[in-house]
Amino acid sequence: MTDISTDILVVGGGPAGLSAASEAASYGARVLIVESDLQLGGQLVKQTHKFFGSRDEYAGTRGYKIADILLSEIKENEQNVKVMINTTVTGYYSEDRTFTAMSGEESYMCIRAQRAIVAAGASERLIPFPNNDLPGVYGAGAVQTLMNVYGVVPGKRVLMVGAGNIGLIVSYQLMQAGVEVAAVVEAMPKIGGYWVHAAKIRRLGVPILLRHSIKEAVGERVVEGAVIMELDDKFAPTGQELRMDCDVICMAVGLSPTTEILSQAGCRMKYVPELCGLVAERDRAMRTSNPDFWSAGDATGIEEASAAMVEGRIAGLCAADSLGLPVKMTKLDEYWTRLDHLRAGEVGSKIRAGIDKVYRDKWEVRLDG
Amino acid sequence: MELIAEHPVLDASCFKRGEKVEFTFDGRSMDGYEGAPIAVSLHANGIRVYRETPEMKRARGFFCAIGKCSSCFMVVDGVPNVRTCVTPLRAGMRVETQHGRGRAAITAMLSE
Repeated sequence: MTDISTDILVVGGGPAGLSAASEAASYGARVLIVESDLQLGGQLVKQTHKFFGSRDEYAGTRGYKIADILLSEIKENEQNVKVMINTTVTGYYSEDRTFTAMSGEESYMCIRAQRAIVAAGASERLIPFPNNDLPGVYGAGAVQTLMNVYGVVPGKRVLMVGAGNIGLIVSYQLMQAGVEVAAVVEAMPKIGGYWVHAAKIRRLGVPILLRHSIKEAVGERVVEGAVIMELDDKFAPTGQELRMDCDVICMAVGLSPTTEILSQAGCRMKYVPELCGLVAERDRAMRTSNPDFWSAGDATGIEEASAAMVEGRIAGLCAADSLGLPVKMTKLDEYWTRLDHLRAGEVGSKIRAGIDKVYRDKWEVRLDG
Repeated sequence: MELIAEHPVLDASCFKRGEKVEFTFDGRSMDGYEGAPIAVSLHANGIRVYRETPEMKRARGFFCAIGKCSSCFMVVDGVPNVRTCVTPLRAGMRVETQHGRGRAAITAMLSE
């Protein structure tokens, strides 16, 4: 078993983790990024569309190119940043501030870190229906990995479940990859994602069936089709059903924050529906109730990559500050202005309501700080 | 292999493809790109069933692609329960469908 030590451990090398690492390293902190995937960049590497948001967060740039920008910033700070890919943080032992991690499938190590920034992202949700375990029922992120990262055709004909931004964008990306999209079904009475994404696939003739959901997947060993059903105002089946041929059922029904390590570290957690799951309480520094732990990105609540990057900057800045490094704390106000801007207006109302439930101005009791 | 031939945004250089290598799946020889996840390489060869569950004998395949869901566990070079969606392909790898829970070979444990 190998032993590694670092000032700051960053769990997850996606938009939040990379931004946190660059920020902290730029002030002289020694940072280790541990990433479970085979490359850095998180979900950004799969995004072929141009981002919205604000110019500070690269609006107008395609997602995978934003990953390149973040990686070049890591390179600028490379004397202070170590990266381990294909490595998963598996546990935390608070008594000696030690993390355990698994590299590949069979190699284990201990990581001693004074501070940790948990930017572990999220995992795909699945809804219950008969045969939802059949090969061919894939998460939307998995479909993007196949086609946009490795150039592998995911299937011939896809049924998309969910008309939020991910369902709409991935439908369009499937068509760009030459795959037919049979339909998008959405249980809600209105499209959840941005109108512009819906318009793009409607123009290409893909039906978006509102008040419809999947009833079951059809097939013996792999998906050969699906039965979809109409729902009424109370989400009960009306009895109207349709059988469709498809070899992939793509699930875009939401994400859940990945927060196990925060729970294990004793951070105070709360289930917040607006943030899509169990998340840590946090202050203005993105610090949790355990003073050694910060959190950023989807692990703090499901939001866009733009907000994840700013949260990462805040966590990186403040974690470096807590180590006594000479940081520019005036940056904190600037970052919060950027976050408020991203969360402004009607589209940000849900996320603002969620954050209100876990935001703390100060901590009454610190665990051991 | 079932690969994307043309794409309006991405050109072939964007796709992460290492050297072309051979590997076997249940004894059959297949082509893949070194460094790509095993599960992705199998999918490119039209293989979608990666394991069979212990009790119900249900087929399982790709699902999350980020090493979190355990759907794609397979036996790789004799080691069971390998997360094939985050394990890179190497030349000559022996990839097998996992039936049930999978057992580690005693000799493999002794050689550690």
